[in-house]
Order: sequence, then structure tokens, then C-alpha cells
Amino acid sequence: MTETRFTKDHEWVRLDGDVAVVGITAHAADALGDVVFVELPEPGREVAAGEACAVVESVKAASDVYAPLAGRITETNAALIDNPGTVNAEPAGEGWFFKMALAGRTEFDALMDDAAYTQFVAEA
Amino acid sequence: MSEDLNTTPLDALHRELGARMVPFAGYAMPVQYPQGVLGEHLHTRDKAGLFDVSHMGQATLAGPDAIAVMERLCPGDLQGLKPGRQRYSLLTTPEGTILDDFMIARIGEQELFLVVNAACKDADFAHIAASLPAGTTLTRHEDRALLALQGPMAAEVFARMAPASAAMKFMDIADLDVAGFGRVRATRSGYTGEDGFEISVPGDQAQAFARALLAQPEVAPIGLGARDSLRLEAGLPLYGNDIDTTTTPIEAGLTFAINKRRKMAWDFAGGAVMRDQLDQGTTRLRVGILPEGRAPARAGTEIQLPDGTPIGTITSGGFGPSLNAPLAMGYVARAHSADGTAIHLIVRGKPLPARIVPMPFVPHRYAR
Repeated sequence: MTETRFTKDHEWVRLDGDVAVVGITAHAADALGDVVFVELPEPGREVAAGEACAVVESVKAASDVYAPLAGRITETNAALIDNPGTVNAEPAGEGWFFKMALAGRTEFDALMDDAAYTQFVAEA
Repeated sequence: MSEDLNTTPLDALHRELGARMVPFAGYAMPVQYPQGVLGEHLHTRDKAGLFDVSHMGQATLAGPDAIAVMERLCPGDLQGLKPGRQRYSLLTTPEGTILDDFMIARIGEQELFLVVNAACKDADFAHIAASLPAGTTLTRHEDRALLALQGPMAAEVFARMAPASAAMKFMDIADLDVAGFGRVRATRSGYTGEDGFEISVPGDQAQAFARALLAQPEVAPIGLGARDSLRLEAGLPLYGNDIDTTTTPIEAGLTFAINKRRKMAWDFAGGAVMRDQLDQGTTRLRVGILPEGRAPARAGTEIQLPDGTPIGTITSGGFGPSLNAPLAMGYVARAHSADGTAIHLIVRGKPLPARIVPMPFVPHRYAR
């Protein structure tokens, strides 16, 4: 059973057992436009919630991707390096950025669920 | 978006086409359409793209002193500019720096047509008007829209509407008959490195004119995002980024805009400074920069030698869809400006290897 939560920085976090998978939302991917470059964090890096740990660049601009929660980076999606456009094509699927081992579960539960994020985007 | 933005005559059409509108130089402008910057850029290089550049300033300068006045303000040879021809020029300061870059065309013996940058137009026209003697007048054409049709199929497309356009060469200007629209003013020029036209039409006809162009199967609407990546690949400077009142034409590699006849007397704003810089060399030069790898380096990025010595700054940088690679331009110390020089770009605190390269990054395809 997986659960997905969302941050105000327009990242999604999908919790599958102990592993949290992180990507950017379709809303964020659409706002960025065509992604041409992705920089991913080093596996093993300890990150604080809200820490900039990846970069996504469109033709026009660069944006940070933040760690949605505290924890340790365990794996990154190296396929994005050669095919950054996957972020636009499948933001919630093959376009994931990195996986994390979370420091705690409580913070995950405190993030927005799908309905709350949809409302957050609508009000932005 | 702020309510006090100006709109172009194509505003409703942009919104109907699904454009993402952004503020630019005081105007609400389309940065991209649903096709996206990447697709719009490649479409322009492959077929034909239609750009709304109505935010730019259009004006006619007419009278017995029109040529003489402009020759004091810019380094272009306007006496030698034949009616029906246009040239790229620069409005310069007494210090030899750049107030704006612009297009100037000769319509008749005593009549010039100017197209200047949107963000500079009020200042430019005030600057010109302040130099006018009685009998020579500057008339702004704020009631006219400006459309750019760019790409390898632009000529074929435009000839369907304006058959006489087929005879025009790069940098020609002509008033053309277009069925259903009367006369429109077109120049064979643009800001993409491709063949194409910039077409001045009355604002109240602009939407119908744009729709007629968009109805051609080769034509797609293109936003400011792709306009920027296209001009960057073409090595063309953007006023406010790559040239401004702190840069001179010599530093910017725009010495070609100082026409031969003007290099005899140097009798234009900043001429003495430019003459000295040509004689003695400048301390810095605008160069093309090709990063290794895939990471773009944006404006403001520091440029260093591999040993860490700072030598300059990137002024425009991003990703080139036709080049399929990152690219940039910027200023470096002249001693390190040779093509092939290995440099480092400091991106997010890390040195990114790059090389200085000649521009354009993508060859120009003008109809010379």
C-alpha cells in the first residue's frame, strides 16, 4: 500500500514501506516548461526538510528541488540525466528524482494529501 | 498579472491560442504557447514561426535634417543607406556606451523608419526628439502592430499574401500590397538567425493579419521564450543583458555597426572613445561560450580560468534546442578571449568546464 503526499514547493512524496520516492508535480512540471537538465543529489547525503538538493532547468530558467522531509538520499533516477524530458512526460511516474529513507513518519503524515494539494494549487 | 500592463493588438488572440502571458517591458506578452519553448524554437528553425513584437517602438523621422540628426546619435552611415534598405545600428552615449540597438531604414531621401527596443523606446524617442531642428519631425507609430515571421518557410508563406516580398533581399524594406489589408510595411530581417520578415501593420488589422498567417500550414505562434533561445543561438545580443550603458560597441563585438565612412571623422556620440578603443584595444570582449556537459550557465555566472582567476561574467545563458546543448555569451578579459580558450563557469559553487567559441552557435540563414 502506497500513500502520496504533497509539499507547498510542488513536490510529491510517495511512501512505499520504508522508502519515500520524490518527484515534482505535474503542475510544477507544466509551470517550468520543457525540462532540459536535471542535477541529482549524491546517494548517502543526509538532508534536512526544505533543503535544496536537486536542480531542474528548463530552456529559460533553473529551479531548486527541495527535500520534502528530513532523511537520507538512498537512490537517484539516473535516467533523467540523459532524458530530462521524462520530467514533463511522466512527472508522477518515470520522472521521479530520488528516493529517501525518512528520519520519521510523523512529518510525512503532516504533508498535504491529494485533495489538499489540489485546493492549494487552485488557490495559488 | 498586474492590471496596469499595456497590451498589444494581439492580446486576445494570444489568450485564445492558450499563451502563458508574462509582463515584459511593461507589456503583457506571450512567453510560450501550449507547444512549449522547445517545440516552438525547433518549429521556427524547421518551418515558420509568427512572433508578436508589437511592444517594440516604431517611428518615422522625416525632414531635411533627418539623416544629419541620426548620424550625430549613431555610428551608422545613413547618407550611404539607399532608399529601400535597412541597417542595424546603435544609439550611443558621449562616453561611447550603448543606449539601445535598433533597426533604421531609409524610406526616401528625407525619411527614415526606426524600430527600437520596447524597454528603451520612450527614452530613445525622447533622446532623438531633443536633437531635432525645426522642420524635421519624429512621429511614433503606436497605432501599429509589428509581427515577425521567421524561418526557412517564411518567404514562401509570406509570398502567398504579398507576392512582391519574394523579390526582397536581407535588410530590404518595402511597402507591399496585401490582398484584403492594403499596404503593409515589411523588412526582410529578424532576430532568430533565420530568413524572415518583420511586418508593420495597423493595429486594428493586426489580429486578422496574424490569423491569416497562422492559417498557413507552416506557421505556428512563437513566444518570447523561444525568441530568446533563437537569438542566443544566433549570437545576437539582447539589450539590457548583453549590451547596455556600461558596454561599448567595440567591447560588444559590434564594430561592424560603425560604418566605414563614419570611421573617417568619428563625428557621432562617443566616436572618440570608440576610435581609441579600436586603436588600443578594449580590456574585455563579448564572446560565445560552450559549456561541456549538459548544465546551462545563466546570466550572472562568474567566468574563471581553470586556475581560479576571475576573467568575466556570463550575460546570457541557457539551453539551445537546435544545438541540443547549453550555450552562453558573456564578457571576458581580452587576454583570455581567444576561441578555444578553456574556462570554468562557477555554477552553484562548482566549476563547470567550458570553452570560448566563435558565434553564431547555429549558422545564420539570411536571404542575402
